[in-house]
Amino acid sequence: MTAAPASVGPLAAIRRRRVADPAFRWVLLGASLLVLVVLALMIGSTTLDAIPVFVSQGIWSFLTGTTWDPGFSRTEITGTYQAGVFIYGTLVTSLIAIVVALPVAIGIGLFLTNVAPRRLARPLVYLVELLAAVPSVVYGLWGLHFFAPVVLKPAAQAISGELGWLPIFAGPVIAFNFFFAGIVLAIMIVPIISAIVREVFAAVPEAERQAAYAMGATRWEVMRSVVLPRSRPGIIGATMLGLGRALGETIAVALLIGGGTAINASIFQQGESIAAKIVNTFQESSPEGIDALIALGVTLFALTIVINLAARLIVRRMGDVSGEAVA
Amino acid sequence: MNADLLGAGATFPDPLYQEWIGAFVGDNPGVTITYEPIGSGGGVEQFTAKSTDFGGSDAFMTDDELAAAQDAWGCDVVHIPTVFGAVAVAYNLSGVESLTLDSETLAAIFLGEVTQWNDPAIADLNEGVSLPDEPVIVAHRSDGSGTTSIFTTYLDDESADWHDQVGKGKEVGWPVGVGGQGNDGVAAAIAQNDGGIGYVELSYAIQNDLSVASMVNADGKAIEPSLESTAAAADGIEIPDDLRFSILDVGGDGYPIAGATWILAPTCGMDATKADALKAFLTWALQGGDGTAEELLYAPIGEALQDKALANVERINEGGQ
Repeated sequence: MTAAPASVGPLAAIRRRRVADPAFRWVLLGASLLVLVVLALMIGSTTLDAIPVFVSQGIWSFLTGTTWDPGFSRTEITGTYQAGVFIYGTLVTSLIAIVVALPVAIGIGLFLTNVAPRRLARPLVYLVELLAAVPSVVYGLWGLHFFAPVVLKPAAQAISGELGWLPIFAGPVIAFNFFFAGIVLAIMIVPIISAIVREVFAAVPEAERQAAYAMGATRWEVMRSVVLPRSRPGIIGATMLGLGRALGETIAVALLIGGGTAINASIFQQGESIAAKIVNTFQESSPEGIDALIALGVTLFALTIVINLAARLIVRRMGDVSGEAVA
Repeated sequence: MNADLLGAGATFPDPLYQEWIGAFVGDNPGVTITYEPIGSGGGVEQFTAKSTDFGGSDAFMTDDELAAAQDAWGCDVVHIPTVFGAVAVAYNLSGVESLTLDSETLAAIFLGEVTQWNDPAIADLNEGVSLPDEPVIVAHRSDGSGTTSIFTTYLDDESADWHDQVGKGKEVGWPVGVGGQGNDGVAAAIAQNDGGIGYVELSYAIQNDLSVASMVNADGKAIEPSLESTAAAADGIEIPDDLRFSILDVGGDGYPIAGATWILAPTCGMDATKADALKAFLTWALQGGDGTAEELLYAPIGEALQDKALANVERINEGGQ
């Protein structure tokens, strides 16, 4: 116990603390519980609306079928609702986004923490973070009217020309496809991933890096054998955060993915994601159609949880293997 | 007159309704009218939940929806057509200045059966036009839309193959083609692909000066889409008493891919001053709003239908509160 200010006696200070401490604790507890309550309400009410859809379609055929043919009833489920096309589109665009964004973000992070001189690093950080502040509809419209036709389409045609014999790169490249949506998503998640990996890289103990340098390691060798292995759990965490953003991104994907109604193997063909399907059709949907879209929302939520759990499992495995403590 | 009216629904007529409301409210102090463009589906829903005084919809209510609305209000609900919209078939073919299509060919293109621009089916309708040996790239809406509904209702009625394989609605399972969000997305898909073809609202096509195809109507005439040919579309068609109609089998000088947009209102259960204000507004809009409509590129509904629409306006709140 420290000495109380002269104007307040020690007893008064203790009495005040007796009120303030528990009150503060309750406020904190309330704030934490609020999140849980909101989450529970959300899961509860959406799942309640979605259950008739899952039941009428059968969960397996809802998840794997490819027909989406809404009905118009107010009281029952009369249409066919199968989410296979949308689940596939969500996974493909997010995968493209991660595959492209992760190396770029790690590159940015390494550059800022290990290579760039301080007076260059500071403005670069600002610029990258500026990318995160751009609204997604702006990314979508910019992609639709400029980036996709002017930059991505020629690039896609070049890739398809060289590697078109692989089914996933088969042409022809028409306006709007998985690739366009995925690349724009990648641009959107680079700032998120790079901001975190930058912090993670910066947290690698200076002593270890200096030790590696002292043993004659080059800058590249230090990054490869000290910084990156040390940062692996952090990198995976950052990837998951970026992936979460990509899975749920709505309007930019809706503008660029091409509203396909079947599962297409090539990334240069059109598809549809869960979030894009919801935003595209909820305005004009019948009551049962709305329930079906809510069922899609629940599916997206479940998908995100499954992927996050899988990632956590991977991180734990890696931690075990390398013998590191993992949060 | 002191009344606050709230309506919500279709986005397609929203710019016109806002213009009409602005002019009417300016002349009638004390009246406020709010129209929220939340989409036709939401418009029907909110109206049925009685959270709005009137609804707006690009599609007339189905029997199911009508029954639910009648049940909610406890009396009949009237459909009041306000303007027509047309759907234009826009294309992007360098060197081709004019293009004519008929319903069978259009259906075959959107079914993926006609895949080259120099296909005989297209060439036979366009003698003297040199069509390139290029693939047809089909673009459609990826969002739920009244425009899609008008377009697919037309194809569904005209082509048995389309009826069997695709059907009609605000969203359908497209056999081929790439989807764009909104008129803007479809127009971008067309503009970015030589050989592109798709459908957009006529007003959008006019504003953006897109190349549009003439459509052969039921009388065998090739008609360019325009406000006049859209207005002419409803001339010969039979209109049921409840004014729930699709514009099909268009002949004469009418352009065949068109549809109406409606205001939905109850025949009872409204506050008397509110009902009077709504009737005054709709009467004014139907009788004197044509100029504004044409300026904003909507086709007026024509005199014959206007009389029937006004008769339905008179029925608003006839049962009293």
